[in-house]
Amino acid sequence: MKKLLTVLAIMTFLFSATVFPAPATKKPPQKGEGLPVINLPVPKNLDEKTYLGLSGSGFFKIPQIKASAVIVEIFSMYCPYCQKDAPGVNELYRLVENNPDIRNKIKIIGIGAGNSSYEVEVFKKTYNVPFPLFPDKDFTIHKAFGEVRTPYFMVVKINEDGTHQIVHTQLGGYPGAEPFLELVLKASGLK
Amino acid sequence: MEKKRFPHIISIIGALFVFVSVPMAFGLSDVYKGNIYQTGTLKPMDSKLKVKVGDPAPHFTLPAISGEKISLGQYRGKKNVVLSFVPAAWTPVCSDQWPGYNIAKDIFNQYDTVLLGITVDNIPTLFAWTNQMGQLWFPVLSDFWPHGAVAKRYGVLRSDGVSERVLFVIDKKGFIRYIDVHDINKRPPLEDLMSALEKLK
Repeated sequence: MKKLLTVLAIMTFLFSATVFPAPATKKPPQKGEGLPVINLPVPKNLDEKTYLGLSGSGFFKIPQIKASAVIVEIFSMYCPYCQKDAPGVNELYRLVENNPDIRNKIKIIGIGAGNSSYEVEVFKKTYNVPFPLFPDKDFTIHKAFGEVRTPYFMVVKINEDGTHQIVHTQLGGYPGAEPFLELVLKASGLK
Repeated sequence: MEKKRFPHIISIIGALFVFVSVPMAFGLSDVYKGNIYQTGTLKPMDSKLKVKVGDPAPHFTLPAISGEKISLGQYRGKKNVVLSFVPAAWTPVCSDQWPGYNIAKDIFNQYDTVLLGITVDNIPTLFAWTNQMGQLWFPVLSDFWPHGAVAKRYGVLRSDGVSERVLFVIDKKGFIRYIDVHDINKRPPLEDLMSALEKLK
């Protein structure tokens, strides 16, 4: 009986390994949780640095961005959906920037999973992306985010005391700038 | 008896753990959803090049998804050519190599270069697969029959019948100027190819 159970256990394990995709090294961060600790380089571009409200050089963490909510998009220059959604995400940036009530409260950044600086620049130039994009050539950040598929959107609420939590995550399914802004406003308590 | 079997089970579980833990960081786009076949980590290179930089590029004519036949010779004296062989449709790294080239058309144009994508898959498979990538601006050619003949002539056909992930840059005179037989498990960085094209100027 014991032998049978062992064999069954192995069979189940084998079956699950065959049928289900390989597990990521970590689970993607969930709503209500904090972000994994990742360091991004302070942009050299002065406009981008000002946009994020950062000073100095070196590295920063996402909750240090001067905002009440940060939208993080994990994208790839090689991902067709990210390409297709790019104009819509740019539109979201414009909606925010053109609204004096929220322009200092919501910021957007993109992280190019597996993309070199050159590749991120190609994406930025192709779609005239107006917000800061960061390369993640060796997938370090992508791994910290649980190896999510792309595009992956996260809304991070930053509290006045400097604490933060993820208030929304979404794989693909970008609904367009206006509905997404509405979602961001509600999720982050700005509305 | 139980004691004897125990290490055996551990080794099976251990082996499986290695198998399922291999990072699959490519083919990430949600566009493919569950349709990418996970190949696992493969032997980085499994063929022997039959051409080298400076050689005239072996001639070929292959059918494209569009229905036309494309010959390497038709670009002679007119355009530089990049041949991008990728191993197979519906596999992780390949599925997110060409979509990147698809938004780099301006850069290829800037270097007066055409891109030809080639795999050993048949036309219907290539049609379905590349449809997921959006409208590709470059021809996609099928080296299916005789199987992998062009890949074989260049020396990039692997022992299991798929090609290497390889980039050839061929100048307007028809000579090979750059070869990158890349680790099949990784995507070649775009900047490496572009700096090779820069040198043709």
